[in-house]
Parts: sequence; structure tokens; C-alpha cells
Amino acid sequence: MKQRDKVRIGCGAGFSGDRLEPAVILAEKGDLDYLVLECLAERTIALAQKRKATDPAQGYDPLLERRIALLLPLLKKNKIRLITNMGAANPVAAADKIIEIAKRQGISIKVAAITGDDVLKSISGDEIAMETDNPISRSGQVISANAYLGADAILPALATGADIIITGRVADPSLFVAPLVHEFGWSLDDVDIIAKGTVIGHLMECAGQITGGYFADPVKKPIENMSTLGHPFADVWPDGSATISKVDETGGNITLATAKEQLLYEVTDPYQYLTPDVSADFTTVYLKQDGENRIKVTGGSGNKKPSTLKVSIGYKAGFTGEGEITYAGAGARERAHLAGEIIQQRLKNQFPDLRTDYIGHTSVHPSSLANDCQPYEVRLRVAGKAATADQAAIIGEEVEALYTNGPAGGGGVRKYVNEVIGIVSVLIDRNKIKPSVIVKSYGH
Amino acid sequence: MGIKLYEIAHSRAGDKGNTLILSLIPYNEKDYELLCNLVTADKVKEHFKEVIHGEIVRYELPNICALQFVCLQALAGGVTTSLVMDTHGKTLSYALLEMNLELPETA
Repeated sequence: MKQRDKVRIGCGAGFSGDRLEPAVILAEKGDLDYLVLECLAERTIALAQKRKATDPAQGYDPLLERRIALLLPLLKKNKIRLITNMGAANPVAAADKIIEIAKRQGISIKVAAITGDDVLKSISGDEIAMETDNPISRSGQVISANAYLGADAILPALATGADIIITGRVADPSLFVAPLVHEFGWSLDDVDIIAKGTVIGHLMECAGQITGGYFADPVKKPIENMSTLGHPFADVWPDGSATISKVDETGGNITLATAKEQLLYEVTDPYQYLTPDVSADFTTVYLKQDGENRIKVTGGSGNKKPSTLKVSIGYKAGFTGEGEITYAGAGARERAHLAGEIIQQRLKNQFPDLRTDYIGHTSVHPSSLANDCQPYEVRLRVAGKAATADQAAIIGEEVEALYTNGPAGGGGVRKYVNEVIGIVSVLIDRNKIKPSVIVKSYGH
Repeated sequence: MGIKLYEIAHSRAGDKGNTLILSLIPYNEKDYELLCNLVTADKVKEHFKEVIHGEIVRYELPNICALQFVCLQALAGGVTTSLVMDTHGKTLSYALLEMNLELPETA
């Protein structure tokens, strides 16, 4: 294989529910070599595992069919390889679904599914959770256990020549590191070059979060044309340097400020950003504006990868019940508070830890951070935990009953019951994880 | 002169379990040193005394002129099981920017 002198990778989704259109524009007009779709949060895979338990052909990303149906003709036409973790709890069923879509569209395709992240069968329940220092079985009934695989698990799938690589749980930056290692022949033991690739992956993995999404503030940080926000692509060179930009006609902006916010996003230790591939030092990274909507990324260094892999454990954590009601006009705050006190009194025996929030006043920040103004309207929110869905429903029912049994002028009641899936983490010896690749094809 | 942090810096909040992560980035890189001097981990702890119950570690990133605050026991138990509305603590970036700063008199 001839080594490229530059690889262009786009990121068309930064979470499971991300918008569909930006990836289509990237595939159509981005001149990409690779397209990455990052669609798997910690809780998402536990929910997918639940779907797989009821139907063995399910358990992949709920938007997979819509995304692939839109993208497949463009990927084929422009010879773009797709790497995505939309396999969620069932990468093999996801590959089958992609083959089915390809058949329908009459497009020949080769799909490689990566398995081995699902370690539920080898979990005993005695493992100690990092968050609680207690055995995970004490948190609740375990329903999923997925190890974070690294770039090394993706490389054999790339080597098969597959057009689409579909994974379950993989560390997000590894989705970007793998094609760079594959194209440039980087050594997985070269900690500095793998760290540079990890920095690029981290900047890209949240898609629109580097082009002005989750950044825009019309007062202090205005961003152009947010409604057509484009997703980014990175041009990466063999030395691990990169520029990040986007398709010209799309909305959004890529600036030093957007890149800095994203570089630090969710980083608990900038000296040691741990992935299955490397411990990356983000304090040695340099960012430079390199033209309009273009950022140059250089620097970045690394240390040896950890000997363990993180395993994300999903467990049943009961149910939550919620109820909401709004008060408006003069004394809205006082009437909402009266309603909250009434509910506390009525439910205190059944729900000792009932939570009341005053939306529009102090619902997300405590009163010490808010000014003491009288809001025109306040929405009371009541939330509590319960062992069963029936029990959880009582909270919403009690809030609804405020109509005729509470303060004046309440309206707009909504009731919710949700099952809660908790997440804890354990570490597992990486030698115990054996990833493998399953190839499926149509028309080859 | 007193100003709000919002006037001179921006922030993004992130989460890992029960840990809240807040970046703090000056609009003008010349203000980085000022932020290093004025926005200490202790000052952030005092500002968030009702929210953050654990230790706060401040990291300095001079290459990109930014600070990072890593705040333990800050998210009411963590994203997946907490009863609060903003389980990720995503809105807390703007709570940080509410902080008042007393700027030193310029000569």
C-alpha cells in the first residue's frame, strides 16, 4: 500500500442523537478519506444491551438505519471509509443491517464488525467499582459490561479492506487514531505520535462542539449561521500535526476559542489523558489560527498506555417519578413554594428524599448564585426515586392533584416515569480482552 | 474595579461520574496571568460552596492560556442516578462566570 502524505478524517456525529445532515454534507463535499460517527455514550450502550436482551437482532444504535441509508451512496461514490461505534451492544447485528440496506440500494459493500468489548459473561459482581469502592453487585443488578477497546482492536478490521468498520465500545479518540496508524504505519509503541493522534481525535470526537456548537453565546461569543452548523474535518500529516476546518458553505466557526474549549472538554487531568492507546499530555499541545475557520494543531506528547482497560458497567437503579406544574403572575414564586411544601408534606412518608426544584428561579443553581428577583413565572418540579414504576408514578399523580388541592393558578402539569440505568466502572487486565473481526459483504 | 468573570473569559463544563470539570479561557490571552492570580482553586471552592463538596484541583495550561478546574463530589452522585435537573452539571460553566473579580488598579 502506498503511504499517503496526508489523511483527511471527518466527524459527522458526536453523540447518538446528533443531527443527520452534517455527515451527509461532509461525505458529499468534504473530500474525505475517512468519516467517523461517534454515537455511543456510557448509558447508551447499557440501554442497547437491554434492547438486545429482548431481541437478539437489536442492540445497535437506533438511528443506524437512517444514517447509513443516507450516507451509503455518498460513501461509495466518493470512496470514503466509515468508522463508527453505532454497533453499540450488537456490532454483528448492525453489520447485518448495513448489508440489508446495501442490498436494497444495490450497492456492493464490505463491512467489518469488531467484537470482544462485551465482557458481561466474565463479570462476577465482586469487582470493585472505582466510583464507590464497593463490589459492583451492591450497586444493583448488572445488565451490561463493556470494555473500552483501543486502536489496536480496530487495525485488523481496517486491514481487511472493509468499506465500513462497525464497533461497540471503543475509546472515542481511538476511532481516529486507528485510521492514522493504518495509513501512516505509525508504531503503537511510539507514545508521542499516538498522543498526537489522540489529541486530534479528542478535538474531533464531539463533532459540532469544535465548530461553534455548545459554544455560541450571542452576547460574548457570537457564531455565524448556527442553523446550518457544519461538522469538522481534520487534515493530518505523518508527523502528527493537523489542521481542523469544515466545508466552506456550512455554518459555524472554528476559532482558537472553540478549539480551546473542546481540547479541555471532560479532561480530568490534562497531564494524563488516559485512553487504551496512550497516556496523553495535553499541556504540550499548541493551537494556532491558520486562516478563516481553520486551526493548526501541533505538539502533544505521551507516556506508556495503562496495563488495564476501563470497563463500563450498567446496572438497574430503579425508577424515577417526576411531576411539574407552572405558576405565573404576581406571587408566582410564593405559590410555587407553597405547592412544593404541600407535596413534601403529602409524600414525605413514602419518599423521604423527594427533590423539589423551582424552574425559572433556582432549579439548576442554588439560590446563593442567583439574584433575588421575582420571576414572572415559576415551574415547580418534583422528583423522587422508587423501586417500581407504579410507585414512581405516585409523584406525578400527587403533583397533578395540585390542580384542585393546591395553590391558585397552577397549570401545564406533566408527569414522567423513567427506568434508571446506573453506570459504574471497573478496571480489567487488558490481556483478558480478546477482540475479533467478523467480515460480511454484499456484491464483492 | 469590580467585574464579572463573564466579561473577560469563557468556560465549558464537562463531567466524569461525580466529577465536574470547568475550563476557564480568557478572551484576550494577555488576561491569562490575571486569571491565574485571581481565580484560585480556593476562590472557586468558596464560589461553589453549596454545589462542590470535594477537593478542587486547578491545572494551568500556559501553551494555550487556559485554566482547568477539576471538582470532586460536585454532581449530586453523578449523571446516571442523580435526581437533579441538570445531571451533567452542564449549566455550571455560566455559574463560574458569575464570579465577581476585583481587578487591581492599573497605574
